[in-house]
Amino acid sequence: MSNIIYMDNAATTKVATEVLNEMLPYFTEQYGNPSSIYSLGSSAAKAVSTAREQIALSLNAKSTEIYFTAGGTESDNWAIKGTAEAYQDKGKHIITSAIEHHGILKTFAYLAETGYSVSYIPVDEAGIIKIDELEKAIRPETILISVCFANNEIGTIQPIREIGELARKNGIIFHSDAVQAFGQIPIDVDEYMIDMLSISAHKIHGPKGVGGLYIRTGIKIKPFIHGGSQERGRRAGTGNVPGIVGFGKACALAMANLPEKSRKLISLRDYLIEQINGEIPHCRLNGDSERRLPNNVNFSFRFIEGESLLIMLDMKGIAASSGSACTSGSLDPSHVLLAIGLPHEIAHGSLRLTLSMENTREEIDAVVKAVKEIVLKLRNMSPLYEDYINKK
Amino acid sequence: MNKNKKVVVGMSGGVDSSVAAFLLKKAGYDVIGVTMQIWQDGQQTADNGGCCGLKAADDARRVAEALDIPYYVMNFKDEFKKNVIDYFVAEYLCGRTPNPCIACNRYVKWDSLLNRSLSIGADYIATGHYARVRTTEHGRLAVSKSATAAKDQTYALYNLTQYQLGHTLMPIGDYAKEEVRQIAVAENLPVADKPDSQEICFIPDDDYAKFIAQTAETSGLKLPPQGNFVTKDGEVLGVHKGITHYTVGQRKGLMLSMGRRVFVTEIRPGTDEVVLGESEDVFSSSLKCNQLNFMGMADLKAPRNVVAKVRYAHQGGEAVIERIGEDKILCTFMNPVRAITPGQAAVFYDGDYVLGGGTIM
Repeated sequence: MSNIIYMDNAATTKVATEVLNEMLPYFTEQYGNPSSIYSLGSSAAKAVSTAREQIALSLNAKSTEIYFTAGGTESDNWAIKGTAEAYQDKGKHIITSAIEHHGILKTFAYLAETGYSVSYIPVDEAGIIKIDELEKAIRPETILISVCFANNEIGTIQPIREIGELARKNGIIFHSDAVQAFGQIPIDVDEYMIDMLSISAHKIHGPKGVGGLYIRTGIKIKPFIHGGSQERGRRAGTGNVPGIVGFGKACALAMANLPEKSRKLISLRDYLIEQINGEIPHCRLNGDSERRLPNNVNFSFRFIEGESLLIMLDMKGIAASSGSACTSGSLDPSHVLLAIGLPHEIAHGSLRLTLSMENTREEIDAVVKAVKEIVLKLRNMSPLYEDYINKK
Repeated sequence: MNKNKKVVVGMSGGVDSSVAAFLLKKAGYDVIGVTMQIWQDGQQTADNGGCCGLKAADDARRVAEALDIPYYVMNFKDEFKKNVIDYFVAEYLCGRTPNPCIACNRYVKWDSLLNRSLSIGADYIATGHYARVRTTEHGRLAVSKSATAAKDQTYALYNLTQYQLGHTLMPIGDYAKEEVRQIAVAENLPVADKPDSQEICFIPDDDYAKFIAQTAETSGLKLPPQGNFVTKDGEVLGVHKGITHYTVGQRKGLMLSMGRRVFVTEIRPGTDEVVLGESEDVFSSSLKCNQLNFMGMADLKAPRNVVAKVRYAHQGGEAVIERIGEDKILCTFMNPVRAITPGQAAVFYDGDYVLGGGTIM
C-alpha cells in the first residue's frame, strides 16, 4: 500500500515507531502479570504505573485518578452508566449534547430505555453547545452532564470551562469525551472542572484497544467490568500491559512541544481550508473556524454525494472520511451535520480530512487537486447541479 | 476488449453474485464489488437480510478479498424505504398485492445503484441474476431466460428501461446453477450458503400483516378496518381482520368454517369486502394491466400472441395482448389462469425473452 495519502487521523493514527519500540519488550521479555508477586510481574506493574503517571501529568490529575480501559467507547459507557447507577438515589435526569459520538449517544439512549430522563442540548450552526439551553435544562434531580471536549466530525471545541462551572455550581457530575481533543490541545481537569474524562490511545499514535478514564477523587462510580481487583477494584481484568505502556509513551510524545506542534498543524489545516475554499465553488466549511481542533477540516460540497466522493478518493489512494462510519462502512447522513442545521442533501455531500504531523503541503496540494477533479466530475453528472445551472 | 471497462458488481456473498464477480474479473473487466445497504435503523435483519443484510456485507467483503477486487458498501437506505417499503405498504393498504423485488430492481438496483456506479466511473453494473441481456432482431435490448430452465429470474426484471439494460451485465445467465456452484468450488471462493428464498427480505418473519400495521402506524397511515367476507353475490359470510391480511387465491388462515374449501377471489378496498368463492372462481381468462414497460417490443400497435406470466412462480400461459388505452393492455388467455392478483406484474414473453409487461389492475 505505497503512495497512500492518509488524511483520516480522527479515525485512527499510525503507531509511532518510538511507541512500538517501547511496547515490544512487554510482549516477550517482560510478559509478567502485573498483579503477581514475583519480580517479572512487578516490572510490568512498574511500567503500568509509569504510564499512569505520564497520563495523569498530561491532564493535571493524580495518577490514582487514571483508570485504564479497552478504549474510548468503554470509558464513555463506564463513566455514564457507572455514575448514573451510583447517583440514582439523587435523581435520574442526565444531560448531553445533540452532537456526541455514538459511544455517548447510544449509552444515553440505553439509559433512557431503563427509566432515566435525558435532555439533549442543541448546538449552534458552528456546533457549539447552547449554554443558556444547558442552564435551563438543569433540574434538582440532574446528576450528570456529558459533553464532548471537541467534536469528532467537525472539530468544534466546546466551552468546557463554562460547562464545568455550571455543573460544579449545581452539584452535578461533569463528564467529557476528550478522545479527539486529548493530545491535540491542552486539557487541565482542575481548571476546566471536569469530573470524568474519556481518552484513547489510538488517536494519538498509540495502539488500538487501550483507553483511559479519568475519575476525580470522591466521585462514586459502579464498576463496569466485575472480577479481579485490578485498577483499584474498579475495572477488573488483567491489564493490557504492552498497550498501556504504548499509551503512556504516546501521551508523553504528544505532550512534548505541544504548543509548537499545534501551531504547525493549524498552519497545515488553514492552508488546506484556504485551498479548498479557493479552488472549489459551492462548498462550505462545517464547524467553527477558530474554536476548532488543529487537525480537523470538514467541508460540504453542494450537489454531490459524499459516498461517491470517498470511493473515488480511495481509488486515487487518498484515505478520507465523511464523519462517523457505521458498522458496515456505508454512510448515513451525519447527525452532527444535521444538528448544526445542514439540510439532509448537503449533509450527504460532506468530506472530513483530519491531519497528522506526517502530512505535508505537497500531500495537501495533491488532495485538493483530486477533490476538485472529482467534485467537478460528480457535479457534471448530478441532476441537482443541472437544475441549479439552468435556473441561473 | 473488456480492458479498462469498469463494472460494479452487486454482491451478497452468496454463490451467484460471487461467481458473477469472478467471471467478470476473468473476462478482463476492472471489477468493483459493492453491497447495497438497504436495511433500516433498528431492523433486526442482520443475520438473514437476503441479498443486502449486514451479514451479506461481511460475506461479500470476504469474497472480494479472495478475488482481490476493491469493495465498498453503498448506502441506499432512503431510496429503499421510499421506493420499496413505502410502496409495498401503500399497495397493501389499497387492497393490492405488490411485488417488492420488481420495485427494488427498477428503482433501487437499476436506478440508485446504477447512477452511483456510473458516477464513480463504472461503465456497467452486474448482478448474479439467472437471466441474460440480449439484443432482439429489431435491435431492442431485452432480458432473456438463462441457460438454466429451472432458474428463471426474468419476471422481476421486466420493468428495466433500454438505458438501464445498456449498462447491465448478467454473467451467470450463461450457466446452469450446478455449473455456477462448481465454479465457486473450483476457484475456492469463500461463498456463504444462502437460502434460495423468494420471501420478502425486509420482513424476516414473513408476517406481512404485522409489518404493514407497524409501518402504517409509524407513518401515520390509516389501517383498513375489519370488514365482511362476502360471496360474489353479496351474501355476508363472516367478519375478516382487514383487507391487508388477504391476497387473491388465498385459502389458509381465513378462520371461517364453511364446510368446504373456499378461496379469496377478490378484494374490494372501497367497501372493505373480501370476496370468497369456489376453486373455479379463482380462475379467470383475462386481465388488464397498466404502468406499462416495453422491453423487447418497442410498442404494441396490433394484437399479438405472447406467453404471459402473472406471478414469479407462474409457468406462463398462451395469451393475446392488445392495447386498450394509452397506458393499458388487455391480456386474454387461451386457458383460464389461477389467482390473477392486482398489484402483481403481468410479464409478456416471445420465446425466451421479455417483450414487456405491466402492473395487474
